[in-house]
Amino acid sequence: MMASKVLNIILPGTALLLALAVWEGAVRYYSVPHYILPAPSLVATALVENWVTLFRSLYVTLSITIEALVAAVIGGVALAILFTQWRVVERALFPFAVVLQVTPIVAIAPLLLIYLGTNTAVLTCAFLVAFFPILSNTVLGLSSADHNLLDLFQLYGASRWKQLLMLRLPSALPYFMGGLRIGGGLALIGAIVAEIAAGSAGEGAGLAYRIVEAGFRQRIPVMFAALVLISATGIIIYLALAILSHLLLRRWHDSERERGT
Amino acid sequence: MSLAVAADPDAGAAGAAVATAPLASLSGIAKTFANGVTALSGCDMDVRDGEFLSLLGPSGCGKSTILRLLAGLTQPTRGELAWRGVRPELGFVFQEPTLMPWSSVFANVWLPLRLAGQSRRTAEARVMEALERVGLNGFAKVYPRELSGGMKMRVSIARALVTRPAMLLMDEPFAALDEITRGKLNDDLVALKCALGATVVFVTHSVYESVYLSNRILVMAAHPGRVVTEISVPAPLPRNEEFRLSAAYAEKCRQTSAALRLAMNESIADDTA
Repeated sequence: MMASKVLNIILPGTALLLALAVWEGAVRYYSVPHYILPAPSLVATALVENWVTLFRSLYVTLSITIEALVAAVIGGVALAILFTQWRVVERALFPFAVVLQVTPIVAIAPLLLIYLGTNTAVLTCAFLVAFFPILSNTVLGLSSADHNLLDLFQLYGASRWKQLLMLRLPSALPYFMGGLRIGGGLALIGAIVAEIAAGSAGEGAGLAYRIVEAGFRQRIPVMFAALVLISATGIIIYLALAILSHLLLRRWHDSERERGT
Repeated sequence: MSLAVAADPDAGAAGAAVATAPLASLSGIAKTFANGVTALSGCDMDVRDGEFLSLLGPSGCGKSTILRLLAGLTQPTRGELAWRGVRPELGFVFQEPTLMPWSSVFANVWLPLRLAGQSRRTAEARVMEALERVGLNGFAKVYPRELSGGMKMRVSIARALVTRPAMLLMDEPFAALDEITRGKLNDDLVALKCALGATVVFVTHSVYESVYLSNRILVMAAHPGRVVTEISVPAPLPRNEEFRLSAAYAEKCRQTSAALRLAMNESIADDTA
């Protein structure tokens, strides 16, 4: 068990280091100009030199993503509960949720940027893309409660409220976590897309704007550095949600069952 | 051919013990589902106080529907279900253990009392008593995933017992278990029933199980579902291995098998009619 866990870290780690070494070596050997492909060492230098600007942008992007995700969780779960408790509401509103989902966010962003302030528009875009997977997964989860257990609740005269709280919500948790993991990744994508569409400069500019800006100035190493930070943000969100899911589900759900036991 | 009330030489034996009106009686019950499937039609039967009653029949004969009618989970399309006085406290055990996987064994057994508004502290003694009755002391904190199929079923039975029901409705509870576990649970169930003096209505499709467990067996036919034969098994409960090896047991099994085969033939005849 232990040995395989260590291997799980060592193997991808070694592969990454090897790839970076090959990249570094190739750039040096063929003398590739840094404005075409910077070596990893140069990207690292750019990251350190521009740390203050980049870190501030990272903070902006990350906080917008998290705010959007929190809003999507609250909105998605609340609407999912409304949908499953009152089917009329679902029939009336679900088509609109689908319309929002199928319309590409890049196409909505410019309009939102006209109507709203930059940060609010970016937040709204991130919210819109994260919202749907959370909504649809939670609706699925709320309606997937074991029907024998539903019968049991009926037999013992449980109110609708208790049925929701003690049976439907716990049943929906694994589905919700699945939606949240998709939504977490999408919220970041939504924020980045909206930032690029906004192209706003100054204090409140996120990581995507740093990429656009560095692109204009032909500062390829900075573009790479911003890209590395965006990836890192995505990985951190993914890991945080995976850990949350593990903590909530490990006692009872098969998806978090340890393999090989 | 109608066998609604077949002559049975032993029918009087179990009946004699019960002087008063039956606990529940179903008369002319029909149940048609929204999709047009008729589960029951012209179904008559009684449940007597304190008996172990088995409903035996092929799949599709409406055995489970009768349990759901008794539990008030569904209403008959036609006919009448009458209780002697008010409906007693019921316990229901499904074919699957039907536990909440996110809750400990304790919380699962606590559920019926919790829904009745009892706090963990108030319910604790009753929950522990129910767990002890099914032989699961020391398992209160365990999660369902960590239990075997037989133990999960024991938790399910403890949950049904925790409200101290006068009547237990069981829908093929041991069908998914292996033979050894099943035999042990059968004996434990009868012991529990005798200790509690509860009435049990038990759905099964095993002839041997029904004969071993029951005071009375109602054999059902399908398409549409109805009771066609009643068989009494006079040996007193609880029973043991000796009964299983007795001539009386073998004879009852033979008689029940024959009745079931007849009921199946009727079902097929109805299909082609």
